[in-house]
Amino acid sequence: MLAFLVQRIGQAILVMFVISVISFAIRDGLGDPLREMVGQSVSEAEREQLREDLGLNDPFLVQYVRFAGNAIQGDLGNSYFYGKPTMDVIMEHLPATLELVIAAGLMIGFLSVPIGVYAAIRPRALLSKFFMGVSTVGISIPVFLTAIVLIQLFSIGVTVSWFPSDTGWGQWLNDFFSTDGGMPSYGRGELTHLFGSWHSNFFTWNGLLHLLLPAVSLASIMLPLFIRLIRAEMMEVLQSDYIRYAQAKGVSPRRIHFLHALKNTMLPVITVGGVQLGIMVAYTILTETVFQWPGVGLMFLEAITRSDIPLIVAYLMVVGLIFVITNTVVDLIYGLVNPTVKLTGKKA
Amino acid sequence: MKRLLTAFMSCVVMAGAAPLASAAEANKELKMAYDADPISLDIHEQLSGGMLQLSHMNFDPLIRWTKDLEFEPRLAKSWERVDDKTMRFHLREGVKFHSGNTLTSEDVKFTFERLKKSQDYKAIFQPFSELKVIDEHTFELITKEPYPLVLNTATYIFPLDKAFYTGTDKDGKDKSAISKQANTFASRNQSGTGPFKVTSRQQGVKVEFERFEDYWDQDSPGNVGQIVLTPIKENNTRVSALLSGGVDFIAPVPPTDLDRIKNDPKTNLVTMSGTRIILFHMNQERVEAFKDKRVRQAIAYAINQEGIAAKIMKGFATPAAQLSPEGYQGHVDSLEKRFDVEKAKQLMKEAGYEDGFTISMMAPNNRYVNDDKIAQAVAAMLARINIRVDLKTLPKAQYWPEYDNRAADMMLIGWHADTEDSANFYEFLTMCVDAESGTGQYNAGNYCNPELDKLVQQANVETDTAKRTEMLQKVEKGLYEDAAFVPLHWQDLAWASKENVKIEPILNVMNFPYIGDLVVE
Repeated sequence: MLAFLVQRIGQAILVMFVISVISFAIRDGLGDPLREMVGQSVSEAEREQLREDLGLNDPFLVQYVRFAGNAIQGDLGNSYFYGKPTMDVIMEHLPATLELVIAAGLMIGFLSVPIGVYAAIRPRALLSKFFMGVSTVGISIPVFLTAIVLIQLFSIGVTVSWFPSDTGWGQWLNDFFSTDGGMPSYGRGELTHLFGSWHSNFFTWNGLLHLLLPAVSLASIMLPLFIRLIRAEMMEVLQSDYIRYAQAKGVSPRRIHFLHALKNTMLPVITVGGVQLGIMVAYTILTETVFQWPGVGLMFLEAITRSDIPLIVAYLMVVGLIFVITNTVVDLIYGLVNPTVKLTGKKA
Repeated sequence: MKRLLTAFMSCVVMAGAAPLASAAEANKELKMAYDADPISLDIHEQLSGGMLQLSHMNFDPLIRWTKDLEFEPRLAKSWERVDDKTMRFHLREGVKFHSGNTLTSEDVKFTFERLKKSQDYKAIFQPFSELKVIDEHTFELITKEPYPLVLNTATYIFPLDKAFYTGTDKDGKDKSAISKQANTFASRNQSGTGPFKVTSRQQGVKVEFERFEDYWDQDSPGNVGQIVLTPIKENNTRVSALLSGGVDFIAPVPPTDLDRIKNDPKTNLVTMSGTRIILFHMNQERVEAFKDKRVRQAIAYAINQEGIAAKIMKGFATPAAQLSPEGYQGHVDSLEKRFDVEKAKQLMKEAGYEDGFTISMMAPNNRYVNDDKIAQAVAAMLARINIRVDLKTLPKAQYWPEYDNRAADMMLIGWHADTEDSANFYEFLTMCVDAESGTGQYNAGNYCNPELDKLVQQANVETDTAKRTEMLQKVEKGLYEDAAFVPLHWQDLAWASKENVKIEPILNVMNFPYIGDLVVE
């Protein structure tokens, strides 16, 4: 176990080293950060002076060694735009992103398991077919489109007049398809302070309302995937010998499905889930932009338009670290759920 | 006893109500969304639209522009010219800063000196030699040479609280320091005389303001008590926030959504012809043909400004044939848009370029409204006179270094004159490139006409408005005749609000909404 962790820490360091070199190497292609810092009529000489002060004129290697030296001591530099340490900036924005991911994760967890299991047990039921159809649509719609449609429907509202409104049924149908709107369409709303830089959406009604639409859009990419995954795995498990034996023995279907079958179904789901969780952090960039959700995704996108290089490098390193950590945790959980799995480095 | 108490209470209420009626009804909350939030609380850190908008909320200028580009007294209640180089100002009395200090000439002097140190402002204040304090409420602005734009420049002086910004902070650093990278005292703390003060600020998330209870301008009709400013960069989201009732006031409004907002009965839309010119430079050092005036004119004749404004900008632009928008001294009414393809072809033939040539073109793709689409249209129009264009569009962060290197034969730029004066256009865009004096810094055409330059320099020391206007108009005509650049349009401005938020009276072409005077019903 210890050897396994040490190995993973080594991997994390390697990943972060590679990310820092790559992102440092492309920094010249990201443009000139000075332009976002000064007004249009500032002279070239003034800009050159500022560039010198920031150390942007030094050769690549000098800059990288300076950066790496500070990074080893835990200092990832100062953001040009925010004028404070990049880690502080990221820590201020990270809770918003994590809460969004948690909310979407909870939605996926609570919806995909029952729907997936149901679709596996009753593959021919009308409801199953409906869920499968919807999930195909869900996979194929890009997340920002989902977000814009959600805003139009639930924040702005839609008035439908497809049906003749002078007839009773037409009016009823028009009303049925029209929406009132009123849901918050941007930002985080009312927050509760937990600790440090962590302000939470989960403890006020207003905060939860603000969280709903962004979380639904973010969940919309992963939810169909998980429903299909669980359904496929479950169907396979239901064919296996031990399930048939249990059925023959007269064990109640509920016990078979939810105790014996589900446990084995969840193994691959956990693996995929861990990887997808990391990907979801990346997907938040789109969701956060559309909903002006002040998390790291939005921060990253703005850092790119401003070519705030220290912040870009720090963000990429932090996301790299999150990927390594989630994968490590997944592997640990995997070992707990399935005792036959051996962690690398552990003596058999 | 009870009756006595009631009588007493009503007396108190009456006594309290009288002064309240005129000023303190400012209790409306305003939620607004701009495309960006102020980068700092230090208004001298950057000269940009966003920072000036903040300056007009938390500070007051000595004088400010009205809707029709006239000067309106603010903290300076009057002024007079003493001699060619001296302008005397009289400060309003009894004006309080947010800290409780009283405004005096010393504060203005302190501000002036700080402006001269600011990297972004020092160029604008370069013509001034000193600010001389006469007494507590009188001071003089003295220029090195006779200077016609003293009042224009005075709109940039937003007095800071000298006592508040003097001394050292808890880290031992000078409180008045200006820095673009470090966290300074001034970038976190503010004390101005303006109608609002910041109560909380989370960069990139939101800024909250509260009305300053001792604000000097008791006659202002403004009744906004609290403001929440949220930056919403994404156009769609900003418009949705207004349509869904999440915010009361948004700017800018993207051209694609103008109709949507106009057709919504619950919202107001205000548009104005702007002063930011969009143009192409033709680089004479890179392309031999551009040295020929006929070729430059041919290009000017090939471009359909009206078409671009109507089709690409959806009417959200004012087609231009010159740099100076209407209302500026250099504006010449008689200059017409040239669009005439036959004439263009003929000029190309005369110049010996009937078969055309190939050029490179660059434009940003996220700096100005529809900048990349404009460039595509111009490239297509040039193809009709056999000029083949190799177009490249870039994000602004990457575009400006290319622009500094003059990396393409034709390059797009938009320009807004910081001084709201024609001469600023010429100094930066069309005067001969001279690193020493800094003229022609953005003249990516390397166009150079010493005669016109001389006129601009004369205009810069001419304090007689009529004479100066004549000079500037002569320059504008000269540039037109030379086809020194390809003018396209002035970008329009647009704001939108909920029906009950009366934004129309407080908006202006400089895009500094005077929110202190905003009335919410």
